Amino acid sequence: MKSVIKGAGYILCHVPDMVLHNGTTQTTEMIVNPEGEYLKALPSHLRSWEDVLEYWPNQVYIGNKTPDELAAVPQPFYTTPCDVKERYGHFGQMMPQEEFTLLMQASDVFDLVWLDKNFVAQYKEQFAANPMIDETIVARIKDGIEISEIERLVKEEHSEGLYHNGTLVGCVKRAHDIDVNLSAHVMLENIVSKASSVLALIAGVQNAGYQKADIEYVIDCCEEACGDMNQRGGCNFAKAAAEIAGLVSASGSDSRGFCAGPAHALVEAAALVEAGAYKTVAVTAGGCTAKLGMNGKDHVKKGMPAFEDMLGGFCVVIGENDGVSPEINLEILGRHTVGTGSAPQNVISSLVTDPLDRNGLKVTDVDKFSPEMQNPDITKPAGAGDVPQANYKMIAALAVKRGDIPKADMPAFIKDHGLTGWAPTQGHIPSGVPYIGFAREDIMAGKIKRAMIIGKGSLFLGRMTNLFDGISFIIQANSSAEAAAAAGVSEEEVKSMIAKAMKEFAATLLAQAE
Amino acid sequence: MDLENQKRVLGFAEQYGPENVVVLLGAAEGEASGLAAETVTAGDPTFSGPLTGVSLGLTVFHVCEPQVKEEFDQAVYEEQVGMMEMVLDVDDIVSEMTSIRDEFCKYLG
Repeated sequence: MKSVIKGAGYILCHVPDMVLHNGTTQTTEMIVNPEGEYLKALPSHLRSWEDVLEYWPNQVYIGNKTPDELAAVPQPFYTTPCDVKERYGHFGQMMPQEEFTLLMQASDVFDLVWLDKNFVAQYKEQFAANPMIDETIVARIKDGIEISEIERLVKEEHSEGLYHNGTLVGCVKRAHDIDVNLSAHVMLENIVSKASSVLALIAGVQNAGYQKADIEYVIDCCEEACGDMNQRGGCNFAKAAAEIAGLVSASGSDSRGFCAGPAHALVEAAALVEAGAYKTVAVTAGGCTAKLGMNGKDHVKKGMPAFEDMLGGFCVVIGENDGVSPEINLEILGRHTVGTGSAPQNVISSLVTDPLDRNGLKVTDVDKFSPEMQNPDITKPAGAGDVPQANYKMIAALAVKRGDIPKADMPAFIKDHGLTGWAPTQGHIPSGVPYIGFAREDIMAGKIKRAMIIGKGSLFLGRMTNLFDGISFIIQANSSAEAAAAAGVSEEEVKSMIAKAMKEFAATLLAQAE
Repeated sequence: MDLENQKRVLGFAEQYGPENVVVLLGAAEGEASGLAAETVTAGDPTFSGPLTGVSLGLTVFHVCEPQVKEEFDQAVYEEQVGMMEMVLDVDDIVSEMTSIRDEFCKYLG
């Protein structure tokens, strides 16, 4: 039986001070042009918590608004405040910097994160009140230390400062005196990734309707690496985050592939479940400090807010076929192979049309495509254009070349089969996966039957190969009733089987409650 | 333009002589093409890479410009670039590239 998507979690963490201190555009500028206009101007372009709450793309990311609603908002989105300003949404939440700083400390198991005791006292109660943060995580919060000691650690011990509203409130210590892989800078990046993955995992598991102990395997697919000088990319962020999230029955491992990582990881997760190796697999990724303010120079130059102030995280939970949830169809996989080449035409053919051809489908048989879902507010001022739109134009152009649609229908195809981008430019975060939560809902509501998730990765960034990379898969309406009917089982019998399974599940819950 | 790419362009210009180097772009937008073209001709407009203050004046084209298209085997061009040609705003790219070349290129007759 095909595996199914049981639920998804999406979280954002608003970290304006990290934009200044940890984004590589800014840290590079501090080295090459420390007295330049950009670093002077940037702080006045940072957004407030209220600004990010009323920002349309953020409300779509956490599920309070839909991509269709976003499509009707005039661009740039930031000029139209969203009517919903909630920090919690049905996919997850937006977390403010003060809570995220505490979550970082709670996620650290090597006494590397130290916070000012007054900061902890001020925000611990607020942190504990967050409904996704349970008592086991709150219990991990330490009382904190004197700010003078934190100042000393930053000045004398190469610690990376943690700031809130421009004030030093904590630090991340180096984990080794000599090993650059365990430097304070690397540890900060990795703890941020881990902490935001913890929050995403909690959201994903909750939304999938599972107990924490139900998750058997976790795959992390972020773009960071952890390890010491003898195994720089040893990793297993997955298990590290699962521990803090309380997934006691889970094992895990990491999968990497630049921005294509999440799509690769989801295919692996679906295969593991379909093969019966694990019943439930959570695919997760936290956010990336390096990319904060990545296009800040263009935003500042054009008088816009510095939009890249949100760490992104997501979690998709794959489970055994329940007869209801949308399935991942592993028979329709798009593969960018070593021999495919890097011309856009070859890339799109290998990911979109080749897998459809192999299964006798046309481009128009896919109701929605979810390629790189970057928010155009961020990318357009930086000269990168509207990335999702560029992808849709390529898919439409290919459909025209193949004769699936007439050229005149390109705009209508793009509107009907495309989506407006809403994801923060956090590398792996926008790559196909932001739509999975909505795709699950749209398929279950009967609005669409089939969605294609497309992940693409720029492997040349690692200087190991000039090859491009990509992978795609199809999410489709649950077909187990049809399959059963074809196998001679009636719809009534399927319904009765599902009812029986639900009764057994309820009995288990009751037994646990007792 | 990526700092590492700037370094490589500078390296090639030094190795082969700037008059012997042609930079071929594949950027998706007129503005991005113009910025890259400006970087390899007038110097890095963002003042952050190795080409800051270095006016190489290299010959630079976008792959969708007609002069470049003529140089290709048309079957290969159609296979490799045909789809993107349909997608990109070629007129905008040509206009950006032409204005940068007219102003900063040192090696076009």
